[in-house]
Amino acid sequence: MARYDRAITVFSPDGHLFQVEYALEAVRKGNAAVGVRGTDTVVLGVEKKSTPKLQDSRSVRKIVSLDTHIALACAGLKADARVLINRARIECQSHRLTVEDPVTVEYITRYIAGLQQKYTQSGGVRPFGLSTLIVGFDPYTGVPALYQTDPSGTFSAWKANATGRNSNSMREFLEKNYKETTGQETVKLAIRTLLEVVESGGKNIEIAVLSKEHGLRQLDEAEIDAIVAEIEAEKAAAEASKKAPSKDT
Amino acid sequence: MECVFGMVGDGFALVAADTSAVHSILVHKSNEDKVMILDSHKLLGASGEAGDRSFTEYIQKNVHVYEFRNGIPLTTAATANFTRCELALALRKVRPSCPVHIVFLVSQNPYFVNILLAGYDKNIGPSLYYIDYIATLHKVDKGAFGYGSYFTLSMMDRHYKSGMSLEEAIDLVDKCIIEIRSRLVVAPPNFVIKIVDKDGAREYAWRESIKDAAGVSAA
Repeated sequence: MARYDRAITVFSPDGHLFQVEYALEAVRKGNAAVGVRGTDTVVLGVEKKSTPKLQDSRSVRKIVSLDTHIALACAGLKADARVLINRARIECQSHRLTVEDPVTVEYITRYIAGLQQKYTQSGGVRPFGLSTLIVGFDPYTGVPALYQTDPSGTFSAWKANATGRNSNSMREFLEKNYKETTGQETVKLAIRTLLEVVESGGKNIEIAVLSKEHGLRQLDEAEIDAIVAEIEAEKAAAEASKKAPSKDT
Repeated sequence: MECVFGMVGDGFALVAADTSAVHSILVHKSNEDKVMILDSHKLLGASGEAGDRSFTEYIQKNVHVYEFRNGIPLTTAATANFTRCELALALRKVRPSCPVHIVFLVSQNPYFVNILLAGYDKNIGPSLYYIDYIATLHKVDKGAFGYGSYFTLSMMDRHYKSGMSLEEAIDLVDKCIIEIRSRLVVAPPNFVIKIVDKDGAREYAWRESIKDAAGVSAA
């Protein structure tokens, strides 16, 4: 098998593209990221690994906006992310220039996925080592959307998804607990999912909320801490009510 | 026969432009908006060949990419220099076809468009830049392009003082429009006035002496 993972343009005898699979490994080592689609809001959350004391944390933005109505979070190689995000931002404006319409979420996802795929089928290049979660609103119908792309260049739409570290546990949690939510409930669901795999607290989580009226809003630490406190209180109340009935019987 | 002129006042800058789209002796429409709102605090008035006015859309999209990339808007001075650079490159260089730095536009000829760029920056205040089609760049208090400039520049030389209030400036704009209407042989009938100040860039008023035919058929 070792002979088939040198250049990615080569298939292995059993049909693997090893470089792409190794890129997916790189994604699995990246920070946890979650995206949840509500009826009127979409929320992105990423895990903030502990920042070194001397680093200016404002220069490390993990959730970025591609256009006024589209935002992106990713897991994996951050340097690769910079390149993809740059190309996507240019494409958003280029689309507006040539067809006088903002991009749809699906269009820009297809563009990013197309870029990622190109690098799996060219000579002398390696795939991008990141998976992206792209959220946004359709510019005319206002319908919210969440898409995910991965290093192989596949993409699909999701109601809620997670990528990066421990994405399997987060996805399991979402599958058990997802329901249609609006506004603050959507934010809470995203934070609850992240808390499954991340140390509790506002300084370990970064959350951004995209709404039709206000664009992308990054929640500050105090807000996140407040919501985390709410969630813990709800959990405690649920635990207490579980214990109470058994006392009576 | 196109007229674009502008001036800087106390805490604001304004750009006025005629609104006729003309081809030889035919007036296609008299409500063509030639002053583009680049972003929240910038105005770009362009006069010249109609097709090349889309150059201003190209500048607008590049200004937006900068804002998304860097999280803060371009300053007016930077925008003016970027615009001038694009015009200058188109004069001599053969443009590469791949995206060089930002959104790309393939053009092998110079853009025949004259531009007045007005903007408001938080710590600098209002500013106006004169950029002509061969990439001249001047920061000015008042400027004008086109045949109308023969009249508007003279009017502004006579009546302009720095730090005018909005009312005084609009009064001067109206004086200029009257001069153009009465003295220019093929004077454009309608004008649009846009202003930019600390509250943003917006349309201020239209000065119409001919409304488009749509109104007539209703009666």
